[in-house]
Amino acid sequence: MATLELEDVSVTYRSTEGDVPAVRGVSLSVDAGRSLGLAGESGSGKTTVTSTVLRLLPKSASVTGRVLLDGEDVLTMKWGRLRAVRWASASVVFQGAMHAMNPVQRVGHQIAEPIRLHERSVSESTARARVGDLLEQVGLPSRVAQSYPHQLSGGQKQRVMIAMALACGPHLIVADEPTTALDVMVQQQVLDVLTERVRDLGLAMVFISHDLSVLASTCDDLAVMYAGQVVEQGPSNQVFDDAHHPYSHALGGAYPRIGDRRFRYAPSGLPGDPPFPGEAPSGCAFHPRCPEARDVCATTEVELRPSGDRRWSSCLFAPEVDA
Amino acid sequence: MSLIQDVAGSGGPDPVPGPPPLSRRQKGSKGLSPGARFALRKTGAALGTLLFVLVVNFFLFRMLPGDPIGMYTRGRNVPAEQLAALRAELDRPVLEQFLTYLRNPFSSTIDSAQFNRPVWELVTERIWPTLLLVGTAIVLASIIGVWIGIKAGWRRGKAFDKVSTGVTLTLYSMPEFWLGMILLIVFGVGVLGLPGIFPIGGISSPGTDTSSLAGWLDVAWHMVLPVATLTLVYLAEYALVMRSSLVDEMDEDYLTTARAKGLSDKFVRRRHAVPNALLPTITLIFLNLGFTVSGAITVETVFSWPGLGLLSYEALRGPDVALLQAIFLLFSIGVVLANLVADLLYALIDPRVRS
Amino acid sequence: MSSDQQTPGGRAAQPQGRRAIARARRREALGRGWRQFRTHRAGMAGLGILVFFAVVALLAPVLFPPDTISVTRATGELLDPPSGQYWLGTDDAGRSMLALLAWGARVSLTVGIAATLISMVIGTSVGIASGHYRGLGGAALQRLTDWVLVIPFLPLAIVLATVLGGGSPVTIIIVIGVTSWAGTARLIRAQTLSVEGRPYLERSRALGSGNWHQMTRHVLPNVFPLVLANTTLTVAIAILSETTLSFLGLGDPLRPSWGATLDQAFSNGAVSAGAWWYIGPPGLCVVLVVLSFTMIGRALEQIVNPRLGGR
Repeated sequence: MATLELEDVSVTYRSTEGDVPAVRGVSLSVDAGRSLGLAGESGSGKTTVTSTVLRLLPKSASVTGRVLLDGEDVLTMKWGRLRAVRWASASVVFQGAMHAMNPVQRVGHQIAEPIRLHERSVSESTARARVGDLLEQVGLPSRVAQSYPHQLSGGQKQRVMIAMALACGPHLIVADEPTTALDVMVQQQVLDVLTERVRDLGLAMVFISHDLSVLASTCDDLAVMYAGQVVEQGPSNQVFDDAHHPYSHALGGAYPRIGDRRFRYAPSGLPGDPPFPGEAPSGCAFHPRCPEARDVCATTEVELRPSGDRRWSSCLFAPEVDA
Repeated sequence: MSLIQDVAGSGGPDPVPGPPPLSRRQKGSKGLSPGARFALRKTGAALGTLLFVLVVNFFLFRMLPGDPIGMYTRGRNVPAEQLAALRAELDRPVLEQFLTYLRNPFSSTIDSAQFNRPVWELVTERIWPTLLLVGTAIVLASIIGVWIGIKAGWRRGKAFDKVSTGVTLTLYSMPEFWLGMILLIVFGVGVLGLPGIFPIGGISSPGTDTSSLAGWLDVAWHMVLPVATLTLVYLAEYALVMRSSLVDEMDEDYLTTARAKGLSDKFVRRRHAVPNALLPTITLIFLNLGFTVSGAITVETVFSWPGLGLLSYEALRGPDVALLQAIFLLFSIGVVLANLVADLLYALIDPRVRS
Repeated sequence: MSSDQQTPGGRAAQPQGRRAIARARRREALGRGWRQFRTHRAGMAGLGILVFFAVVALLAPVLFPPDTISVTRATGELLDPPSGQYWLGTDDAGRSMLALLAWGARVSLTVGIAATLISMVIGTSVGIASGHYRGLGGAALQRLTDWVLVIPFLPLAIVLATVLGGGSPVTIIIVIGVTSWAGTARLIRAQTLSVEGRPYLERSRALGSGNWHQMTRHVLPNVFPLVLANTTLTVAIAILSETTLSFLGLGDPLRPSWGATLDQAFSNGAVSAGAWWYIGPPGLCVVLVVLSFTMIGRALEQIVNPRLGGR
């Protein structure tokens, strides 16, 4: 059984100007001990998809499909059950750790908060010891527990967020752009801490980023999202090195691997902007920006199809395989 | 693969991070903690404001048009020796006068022209009724106002929010003395054939011994209407401030974190949103104490409450310049000190301010 | 303007063209603002109330000839409750309350708006200057703002009014104007600082434009929407202040504002006489007008700064 399984999940935001579909029919699955990278530009719906896992979307969002966490559908859970599942079964490493922590509470208190909430029997001193332990696991001295968020550097805050996410021993970790705001060297350190903890504990992880090269080096599998849909999926090295969708190709090119000759001769950038949610073009949503678009792309509805061994692409010109 | 690719790969050795740069915890250059330096800076600013108040208070009255003596006395009977002293005082160089004034700002050369008593004596005996009245109203108003603000802000746009915002905005737009007069007519005097219930003014009934229990009850009975007036006016501001401060806080990401941790809506509100929204509210309540003073002046006038407010009105109607000077100074000092307390309190409860 | 007088030629035409563009843009922005404003129900209600009172104030001399509010020529009974002849009753001199209120609207609105103008001019200049000049001057202005902000308004206003001599609307206008600018100055200063950080000011400085040019041509147009929203809120406060000062006896008894009418009512024992029609209506007028300015100001604030949301 997969730790997390999304079946045909769609999310629509209701607003006064009408309904805005942010996610359209996404299916994903992550097994224990595996990591899935979710790539895409801002507005592609990647954060919205993962927010369904703990049902953290605003009231204006309506979700359809099934979100199975350890085999149990999150979307139909009662509030009490949902609160029990939150953080204990799946936790989140939020982006921009500065605002994801309460600015006027000590970080130790904030790490201990879910422990006290989900494990009522834990004593004060045990909780404190566990907080110190968690901090040391992410490479911070335990005295950091006494600090306030603003006293920490960006990298330290992100480590604290990781420690916090591990606090209740979840099976799944959702990392939402955990390294985006950090500079490159610190980014790598934080990535290493995160992947090492996830590997050692045998957790499942969904890692969201707009940086395909980070995902390729961190995750086992990759799913690329565009305009609320998954356009390509497969083992991360294959998707990164040999994309079956022009969008994945362009996204990979937007973050060149320094030293890799391919990027020197083919500086790639993508013209134009992604469509606003709800204003996706007909046919393949990517066709107005696609360098390889043909007339059929504007008229033919596309869907994810097998394009190789454990690979899927929605591009009409992806390699055909017999399913 | 190149070096950089290696760093980007996951197989490389885990770089050992150095000790965290907890730089904010280091002591400041002068050996003072950031908190102490903050307190010193704020105290300095408050002293600066006080000096400004003293300057204004001194020079404004030296700029009075016409004969200053006449202005001070208003044709009332002021002892001849005091007049001579004032004349001698006013004949000295202004700077010298100012220095003398700085030494003891409250010791006016002449007595209150209206009461024929030293101003300092008058002012100090009137402080207590005002503190009793305004203090009670502020406590009540902040409890009720904050409660309304939380309920309205947490369920923004719902029925309670709409009604309470309408009511508080209306109260906020109301001259407090007018509200006082209306309450006085309805519940004190009685209208349209209905009898009045509450006393129509003063702090106690004549001939009551205010040190006895009955006396206390009598004072409390007299307090009902003026306290109700001030509470209604003050709570409007507190509710509006608390509401907008909570609404600000509710967009913050850390509340999403709290929800993701499995906290119930109630706990998210009680443990995170409300305490954090209270911080700016508390400072604003203190910062706006000047506005509280306005209420005290007019409402005490309406209810003949024998405090500093009524004394201001009496001094103004004179005008009793010596008394006005002392009252202005006292109110200003009170508000400046309250501001200082607010700043220090804020630093005490919000760790971000200290560093 | 010098360029207007120049003979036809490219040099004169271009700046004119630019100015026309600027004018057109401003008109467009105003139109957009108005369309947004129309969707704010509370703001529109406020505007409606305000228009009503403005019309009453303008028409007061027509509706109620000056004689009707003369103490000596009043025709009514003293302290008469509302009746068919006097819809809102009479005051203690037998004057029609309705006439008094209409005339009071003139004084209250005029004083409120005039005081606000003074306050906005001082507040905006001090705010822009203290944000623009980084040296000692700016710091001094900021200190001054902080000081004035802290000093309690009413005691300061009473002291100032005593010094200037009470009993005239001009005194009240000046007193309110010079005591109420600090909040505006602080707001404008913050906005100025954010505008000053933008690239086009950098560019303007690099091109050698002077302080005055920078402040009037770049900073002022950018802080102006905020000034506008703040103005309506300040009028609300100014009218309340006028009412309070007049109630304390600093108003003009011959041309009574709503506050001065309340002063007369209070001083002449209307409360103990139970004359609710003498006390209720003037205060209600103040509440309505202040509330309407507040609601308009809040609507404008939301248009200027959408992030405020439904605050």
